Amino acid sequence: MIGLEAVFLQVRDLAPVDLDRWIENAWVRPEGRPGAWAFHDIDVARIRLIVELRDHLEVNEAALPTVLSLVDQVYAMRRRLQRLNAALAEEPPELREMLARLLDGAA
Amino acid sequence: MAEDPYKILGVGREASAEEIRKAYRKLAKKHHPDLNPGNTVAEEKFKTISAANELLSDPEKRARFDRGEIDAGGAEKAPPRGYRQYADTGAGERYAYAGGEDGGFGNFEDLFSTLFTDRAGRGGAGAARGADAHYTLTAAFLDAVNGATNRLALPDGQTLDVKIPPGTADGQILRLRGRGAPGRGGGPAGDALIDIRVAPHRFFRREGQDIRLELPISMREAVLGAKVTVPTPGGPVAMTIKPGADTGQELRLRGRGVPAHGNVAAGDLFVRLAVVVGPADPALAEFLRGHQPAAAFDPRAGMEEA
Repeated sequence: MIGLEAVFLQVRDLAPVDLDRWIENAWVRPEGRPGAWAFHDIDVARIRLIVELRDHLEVNEAALPTVLSLVDQVYAMRRRLQRLNAALAEEPPELREMLARLLDGAA
Repeated sequence: MAEDPYKILGVGREASAEEIRKAYRKLAKKHHPDLNPGNTVAEEKFKTISAANELLSDPEKRARFDRGEIDAGGAEKAPPRGYRQYADTGAGERYAYAGGEDGGFGNFEDLFSTLFTDRAGRGGAGAARGADAHYTLTAAFLDAVNGATNRLALPDGQTLDVKIPPGTADGQILRLRGRGAPGRGGGPAGDALIDIRVAPHRFFRREGQDIRLELPISMREAVLGAKVTVPTPGGPVAMTIKPGADTGQELRLRGRGVPAHGNVAAGDLFVRLAVVVGPADPALAEFLRGHQPAAAFDPRAGMEEA
C-alpha cells in the first residue's frame, strides 16, 4: 500500500482537489482516514481509470457515478462467472462437455 | 508497433492537434480495455491507438517521426496495469457493486434461478442462503471509541439497531448475522454488513489506540503551574501542569485513550499544551513593559536562513 504523495507521482494529470472529492464521493475507497490514506494497487488503478474516463473518454463528473456503477457491476459479474467456472472445473468431464454443447447451441 | 500512426487514428498527415485528439478519443471510447474486459482484440487495438496517440500528440515526437528520425515504435512503452487486472481478481471485492436491491452479488441465485430451484426441488439439499445486505453507518467519534448502539434506518423503512463495540475504527465492517435478505427453500438469511465510518471529533484525534488532544492553557497556568481538568473519552480527568510549561509540551495520560477492548490494551491520551494569552490586560501590559527578562530569549532563533 502507498500513501497520497506516491499516488500523485504514479498518476499523471491528477489534481489533489479532484482526488479528495472522489474519495469523498466513495468512487475511490482507500484505507485509513483523511490525512493518512493508504492506497491499494487497485485503488491506484481505479484513480487512473477515472482520470482516463474523464480526460480521454470525455465522461464528465455528473455521469461518472453511473459509469462506475456499471463498471462495478460488470466486474462483479465477471468475478462471479469466474467462480462458476472454477466450480464447473471440479465437475466430471461428461457434465462439462454437455454444458459446453448446450452453451454452443444457445449462442 | 510498426504501423503508420496516422493510419491507425484515421487522420491525414496534416491533421491538427485537435483533429488528432478527437480521433483518438473516438477510438479510445470504443476500445478502452477496462470497459471491454476479456476482449483481447479491443485490448490490442487500444494499445496501438494509445501508442499512436502518444506519438502524434507530442509535437516534438510527431515532428521527429515526420522527419523519419524515429519509427512508429519509438513511442511505444508498457502501459501501467489496467484496472481490470485488479478488478477481475479478489481485490475487486473492494469495489463490489452494492447499490442494487439484491444487496450485492453474494450468490448466484438471480442468474441461475433454474439451477437453484431444481436443486431445492430435488430434496432440500439446495436450500439457498439469502444475500448479504450492505450498509454504511456514520458513528460519532466518541460512540466509536467507547462503544454505543446506533439505530440505522433501512431503505425499506425498517430500522436496525447496530451495536458498535468499543474501539471501533473507521472503515471497520460489522457483520450482523441473519439480518440480510431472507433465505429460500428453508435456507438461512444472509448477513447485514455494516461499513462503519467514524466522524471526526472537534478536539480528539485518534491514532491507533492512542488519542491526541490539544489543550489550551493560560499564560499564568503555564508560568506558575496549575491543576487543570482535561476532557478524555471516558470523562474529565484532573492533570497537573508543572511550572514553566510551554506550547508544544506533550503530557501523556496513561490508559486514557481508547479503552481496552477484546485483548487490546487501553491506549494513552497525549495532551499537547497550547498557551493562550487571552483578552487584553492593561495591568499585565504594564508589568511586561517594566519587566527585564532574566536571560535573553529569542523564540525565532534558528529561523534566520529563510
